[in-house]
Amino acid sequence: MSITIKDVEHVANLARLELSEQEKEQFTSQLNAILKYAEKLDELQTDGVEPTSHVLPVHNVTREDVVRESVTNETALRNAPDEEDGQFKVPAVLE
Amino acid sequence: MALFDLRLQEVHNQLKKKELSVGDLVDASYSRIAATDASIQAFLTLNEEGARAAAAEFDGALTAGGELGLLFGLPAGIKDNIVTEGLLTTCASQFLRNYDPIYSATVVKKLKSAQTVTIGKLNMDEFAMGGSNENSSFYPTRNPWNTDYVPGGSSGGSAASVAAGQVYFSLGSDTGGSIRQPAAYCGIVGLKPTYGLVSRYGLVAFASSLDQIGPLTKNVEDSAYVLQAIAGYDANDSTSANVDIPDYVSALTGDVKGLRIGVPKEYLGQGIDPKVKEAVIAALKQFESLGATWEEVSLPHTEYAVATYYLLASSEASSNLARFDGVRYGVRAENPDNLLELYRKSRSQGFGSEVKRRIMLGTYALSSGYYDAYYLKAQKVRTLIKQDFDNVFKDFDLIIGPTAPTPAFRIGEQVGDPLTMYLNDICTIPVSLAGIPAISVPCGFADGLPIGLQIIGKAFDERTVLRAAHAFEQHTEHHKQRPQL
Amino acid sequence: MFEPNTYETVVGLEVHVELHTKSKIFCGCSTSFGAPPNTHTCPVCLGHPGVLPVLNRQALEFAMKAAMALNCQIADISKFDRKNYFYPDSPKAYQISQYDKPIGEHGWIDIEVDGKTKRIGITRLHLEEDAGKLTHVEGGFGSLVDFNRVGTPLVEIVSEPDIRTPEEAKAYLEKLKAIMLYCEVSDVKMEEGSLRCDANISLRPYGQAQFGTRAELKNMNSFRGVQRGLEYEQMRQADILDSGGKVVQETRRWDETQGKTFTMRSKEEAHDYRYFPDPDLVQIHIDDEWKSRVRASIPELPDARQARYASEYGLPSYDAGVITSSKKLADFFEESLQYTKDAKAVSNWIMGDLLGYLNAGGLELEDIKLTGQGLGEMIGLMEKGTISSKIAKTVFKEMLETGKRPQQIVEEQGLVQISDEGAIAEVVDRIVSNNPQSVEDFKAGKEKAIGFLVGQVMKETKGKANPALVNKLLLARLNQ
Repeated sequence: MSITIKDVEHVANLARLELSEQEKEQFTSQLNAILKYAEKLDELQTDGVEPTSHVLPVHNVTREDVVRESVTNETALRNAPDEEDGQFKVPAVLE
Repeated sequence: MALFDLRLQEVHNQLKKKELSVGDLVDASYSRIAATDASIQAFLTLNEEGARAAAAEFDGALTAGGELGLLFGLPAGIKDNIVTEGLLTTCASQFLRNYDPIYSATVVKKLKSAQTVTIGKLNMDEFAMGGSNENSSFYPTRNPWNTDYVPGGSSGGSAASVAAGQVYFSLGSDTGGSIRQPAAYCGIVGLKPTYGLVSRYGLVAFASSLDQIGPLTKNVEDSAYVLQAIAGYDANDSTSANVDIPDYVSALTGDVKGLRIGVPKEYLGQGIDPKVKEAVIAALKQFESLGATWEEVSLPHTEYAVATYYLLASSEASSNLARFDGVRYGVRAENPDNLLELYRKSRSQGFGSEVKRRIMLGTYALSSGYYDAYYLKAQKVRTLIKQDFDNVFKDFDLIIGPTAPTPAFRIGEQVGDPLTMYLNDICTIPVSLAGIPAISVPCGFADGLPIGLQIIGKAFDERTVLRAAHAFEQHTEHHKQRPQL
Repeated sequence: MFEPNTYETVVGLEVHVELHTKSKIFCGCSTSFGAPPNTHTCPVCLGHPGVLPVLNRQALEFAMKAAMALNCQIADISKFDRKNYFYPDSPKAYQISQYDKPIGEHGWIDIEVDGKTKRIGITRLHLEEDAGKLTHVEGGFGSLVDFNRVGTPLVEIVSEPDIRTPEEAKAYLEKLKAIMLYCEVSDVKMEEGSLRCDANISLRPYGQAQFGTRAELKNMNSFRGVQRGLEYEQMRQADILDSGGKVVQETRRWDETQGKTFTMRSKEEAHDYRYFPDPDLVQIHIDDEWKSRVRASIPELPDARQARYASEYGLPSYDAGVITSSKKLADFFEESLQYTKDAKAVSNWIMGDLLGYLNAGGLELEDIKLTGQGLGEMIGLMEKGTISSKIAKTVFKEMLETGKRPQQIVEEQGLVQISDEGAIAEVVDRIVSNNPQSVEDFKAGKEKAIGFLVGQVMKETKGKANPALVNKLLLARLNQ
């Protein structure tokens, strides 16, 4: 499997990154090198091996349905790059 | 003798006897920073006003009398990916350069109740991605032993500030070696606890299934004290372990007789610096002389660990870092034409190239059609790597090897070659994948640069790890060396 | 043109139902509706750096309950996954949802259309978090985001493509709503967005096994809207196929005011959600003991109640169906029966006067003051002869408006039926003497004339005279 510039552009779009032409080329070759290295894993037979998502055998962690105090509107918006009427503002969303 | 070279118990006694005030400790911290940080660049944000206010409050409490916790009044540095309410938390990223947190991490609250003083926020590789601190988007931290060299990373600021005597201890985070490797490079003690022992709530996530907060200290005793303060179940972290927290300090008996140590041949094979190997062998002989036994063992899947790690960690990171979109906080690109531009420009301007590279890798690995080949495959190999450790731990109490294959490298030496950089983590990554505890303690020098010994234990067996590290430390002088600054 | 004989319509529905827990699914913020923007938020639901989710057990158990009520098999092991996409209403840029291990799978519900029962398969039910709310600034200069709703627990219920007509779709939604209300896991208010529906619809020539190309419909904000949207789409696709064209696989938006659907995005723009297990949450292991405990909390569901009303009370199946379609109405019915044994009378009052009143005013049962007890007691008064059926109408109206007990209304307004023969005989005498013509007509064989005379007596007594007594005494007087 080899990654092309087109793949890099597609992935950059999914990740919402804008890459310069130079970055695209650089990432194409670097990602190819890393993924080629990762092909090592194919040497291993892993049929029937359980995947590990968590190293600890912990399950059923839940909380009670209890309301806790929220933060104020001012706190919620403290870091907002743009705001209006107590809400976060973004460029118009079309749909 | 510098103030911070006093043993913790001694500082505590002097505070109690009022021979020393918290104000003195805080002064010592800031004057050392003033004298050294222009060359070390360990700090990103100083909390001078807050620290002096806390010192005044604590000194008031001292006058009033009463019981003091053992960490009372100690100046601490916090890695800048640990969220501190009211104190900028940037993750060394341009994207978060103005981020003013609206809450504090659980460990920060725990330190607050232990009444330590937060001196400031420490430099790191951006979003903890890197092993040299060269990926800080502000400036690189330098190694106090030789400022032409990297301090390691990603907790490079945390390690350098302790090594340079700027703070009494610091907190770092470790995903694939980010506490242990800089501790090794800077000649101090760095502990990565068992996954789940210390709450991750408020640690800005890099790779959620691997991230763990831990202490960086001058010696093992301090490490035990700080761990005692920060460990424990947290209802805000679903992956936090609901286990009884033992007394770590009482484990430091100095006795390692009968301990069975396994030494993985894969950690001393190809790519290891001969001087590092020599120091590790010398350390093993030291253990032998103290009554422990050791023999060579095998962790056969070690060679697959780095690839496994980069797939898993990057995949998780690609999702964890998606929230940095410029809508609710962080730096938004100016005048975006539309929403898509807002996302693309804010993220592209806000992230450095290593962060982008890992987001790209992770996004690719999770994308339609590749999930099974990369992410799922890596999760399965992770199981095999974990089983390697389980097998060795059937017959051994500890696993010992180097923390890193080489001492610190020169700044700029490995930039532009991500894969080589990744391979520096060959000895720490498998431990992270297995989720087990490990400590790095100083075990020698090569050309004036420190070497770290990694002691790895069973899950939640920090007591044995600390006991062995402490016993070793008691019989060696490496940890007493201080860089000339 | 869509001709049912030419094309067969295939519809599958994806329904999102908000669970009415007190707090959000992964943090302690309140889920209550209508608060000022961004006042029910915290670092967790705002997606601040470093925060972690912790699952609300009530949300999980509501989802299990709903899945059981939809006859799903409940997973032994379930987990949460991240669905990654960028949108301003999604603070983490991923939604915590469930991908390959949903809470429930392989369920079904029965619907009734044109008197026929049909079984619709439920592919799966999973638990996830809701997004925030976006509104558009006038003039198109931007959009505003309110995160109060983000993190409200949702279940997504996906049906099999078993639905064949827009009417069936509507019946399915109504049944689903009833079941959710019976289980008390949601208040299912479509106008507050607590039930939302997307539809996949395709057409195929009759007899063809393979499905046609489907369109996904969004933005249908009422059950009626779903039906209309599907009707429109049925026509649109038929027209394309009739003219030899091909339906494009895409997402289309229903416009309620224009009564049309419009392209939102094509398949090429479809998302790549990059699902993977959320490393911040742990697996859910549901053992048999837990399942039985949740199952025990499910009340009798509409189908079972409908059958019981028919067999136990002898109600017509249709009436039983209407009454059990809403848990509140069925509970009202049963409450009435604690005060009267006459189930048919209760049913008739509900089917006629009560539903008539509610429908005319566009009201819900909770909007009015009448209680099941009130209706039951009123029927009891009729049974005892205290009030006539005519008076009952007055009492009923008063109860709807004031919620007063029927006994009180009767007393306050002096509506007690007059059954005193002497008193009625007096009025009868007077009416007979005042209306000689009618008396003559009656005697001449015009039976109808007695009706007029009864009416006069009732008028004189303001409707309170016992009608049977009036008849009896009048006949006796006339036949003297």
